[in-house]
Amino acid sequence: MESDERALERFSVVRVLPVVAPRKLAKVPFVEMADGRVQGVVSSGSDVARVYVSSISVSSISVSSISVSSSTVSSSPSPEHGLSCSTNNNRPCGGLSGGYACKHIEALLNEAVLQYGAERVARFLGVDVPGDGRALLYTLNTTRATTPAAVVFSRFLRHLSYLEQPATTTPVPELHWFPATGASA
Amino acid sequence: MLGIHLAELTSANDQGITDAVEVVAGLDAALVDGLGRLGPDAAEALSALGAAVSGSPLAGAVDSAIAAVRDGRIDLEALAALAAARAALLGAVHDALLARFDEAVGRERGLPAAAPIAAAAGGAVTGCRAWLQELAINGWRGVDHDLVAAADRIIETLWSAPRSRRSAVLLDGFAAELRAAAPIATMDRIPARRWADLWTRALLLTWRGEDTAEPETVTGRLLVVGVDVHEHGTAVQAQAHGVLEVNAGPARLVRVSIGAAKVDSIVGPAVWRVLGEHPRLLRALAERRAITVTDMPLTATGDLLWIDERAELAEEADPFTTARVALPEAVAAALAPLDRHPVHLGEPVLVENYRFEDGALVVDGHRLPVELDRLPRCGPLTPELVAVSTACIGLVRWDSDGWRVRPLGLEYPVKKTAAYAHTGDWALGPTDPKAAKALAKSGDSVAVLRERAGRLLRK
Repeated sequence: MESDERALERFSVVRVLPVVAPRKLAKVPFVEMADGRVQGVVSSGSDVARVYVSSISVSSISVSSISVSSSTVSSSPSPEHGLSCSTNNNRPCGGLSGGYACKHIEALLNEAVLQYGAERVARFLGVDVPGDGRALLYTLNTTRATTPAAVVFSRFLRHLSYLEQPATTTPVPELHWFPATGASA
Repeated sequence: MLGIHLAELTSANDQGITDAVEVVAGLDAALVDGLGRLGPDAAEALSALGAAVSGSPLAGAVDSAIAAVRDGRIDLEALAALAAARAALLGAVHDALLARFDEAVGRERGLPAAAPIAAAAGGAVTGCRAWLQELAINGWRGVDHDLVAAADRIIETLWSAPRSRRSAVLLDGFAAELRAAAPIATMDRIPARRWADLWTRALLLTWRGEDTAEPETVTGRLLVVGVDVHEHGTAVQAQAHGVLEVNAGPARLVRVSIGAAKVDSIVGPAVWRVLGEHPRLLRALAERRAITVTDMPLTATGDLLWIDERAELAEEADPFTTARVALPEAVAAALAPLDRHPVHLGEPVLVENYRFEDGALVVDGHRLPVELDRLPRCGPLTPELVAVSTACIGLVRWDSDGWRVRPLGLEYPVKKTAAYAHTGDWALGPTDPKAAKALAKSGDSVAVLRERAGRLLRK
């Protein structure tokens, strides 16, 4: 139905965002691509009250993460990727050394790929999806960055606050612009 | 829906609709480049919009708005007038389409309720209008990361007040699309109609007061026909369409809506877990049972405002029987006047005796395209099931290329006997072993996040 070239322009209901895949949330309860970073929160393996705030920033954010964009990865210069990881109390992660990722960043990126798909994450980070099945992490041009944990952590808290919103039985007609999708055999 | 109904629905070529949509498309194109950079095409489009509403009460306001925008004064009043004109045109398109549908299938419909009074500015509404103004000035092509990020605070404020839930849900879904697409300057093709729709509704909602009409209370038996599910990253809504049999008067076609906020990692069958505490309703959907309701509020728009304690489970009720026997006699309600837009057309129907061919149900040679890409992941319906189905309960809808149907329930043969699948079947959890296994594998995402929220949120 949407194969028509003009469909995207002329339809009230078109899918703009790709379908997000379900994943286990226990280890990485939150991951997002926002503010030029793949960022999120990784639960500590040893302490239930501790979380790590991890992020991978992109030096030039000239591409969008969805495929309706005409931007191509190859046309832009290879970006740098700043790695950052610390606890929510701003203690630096001991596993992160220089440009080498810690296990939290590795977990974060793996879960981002599960949730959004390798292609979308790669496009956001300005790299190509490795054709040989290697993890996306090894295609990055990594350096050390100091992204404030508080910024990412507050986005996580905001994310969680949605679950505190009361359910409602008053209709929201505007959701007719957002039909549920994604069923396949 | 018989072949003759379908013929009457799809064969007509309504020039008025085509013309009105063309005028809307002109404004949509102007919003792509922004009203701050008004090219000759955009200026012409504004004139066409003015001409289209020249015989209406909006004429004066729209003329002033066009003059202001041409002078580079893109103020809130001008934008409100342009949005109102666009909404009025699409409202008229909606009315024409609905009248055609009602006539084609013989559906009786009540009169619309009175419109609510206008709201005053203040609080979140002011910030919301200012952001929408920035969008209109810059155009979709001018949207960058900073402009999208500016919406975060506004959306947060909108969510904090139950009164602005509609605006919050709309703006959150809209901003998420802009965020993912930003910077939009380089985008090949832009969903111009859609984003102009969302912008228009968002702006008009800021001018709308609360609906003051008091709902009536009803007592009777509710027979569910089918469930439609809506979802974006932070919201989900299940809308059950059903026939309400009351003691006096004809049966009514009603909707029950249950909705909740969620996060983007809660998807698929897990969404049923956040939809709220409605054990009787969810069980009735999952077990295809009738429901007896007592003193349940019903709005003039046919929305049953669900209170689970006032519902009792009754006998099993096959939705296909309801659709065959009760649906044709039920009286439908009209939409709230300010909501009129073709996107809200969603009329439950039963289609039988078709063959599935090339993405459409074909009855007596008349085609009704199926929205195969709008089957929710929280239910058992799949494109494959549609292809082998022998009967379909669905919502008749309309978008720019014409009428279509969104399946809500299917009858299909399994070893020569009839089997059934309905979107609400999984309301208490997936009944399909494969889907149940997948859900179990991803774990209880709702519980995990609630635990995290409990531990981290109140510190």
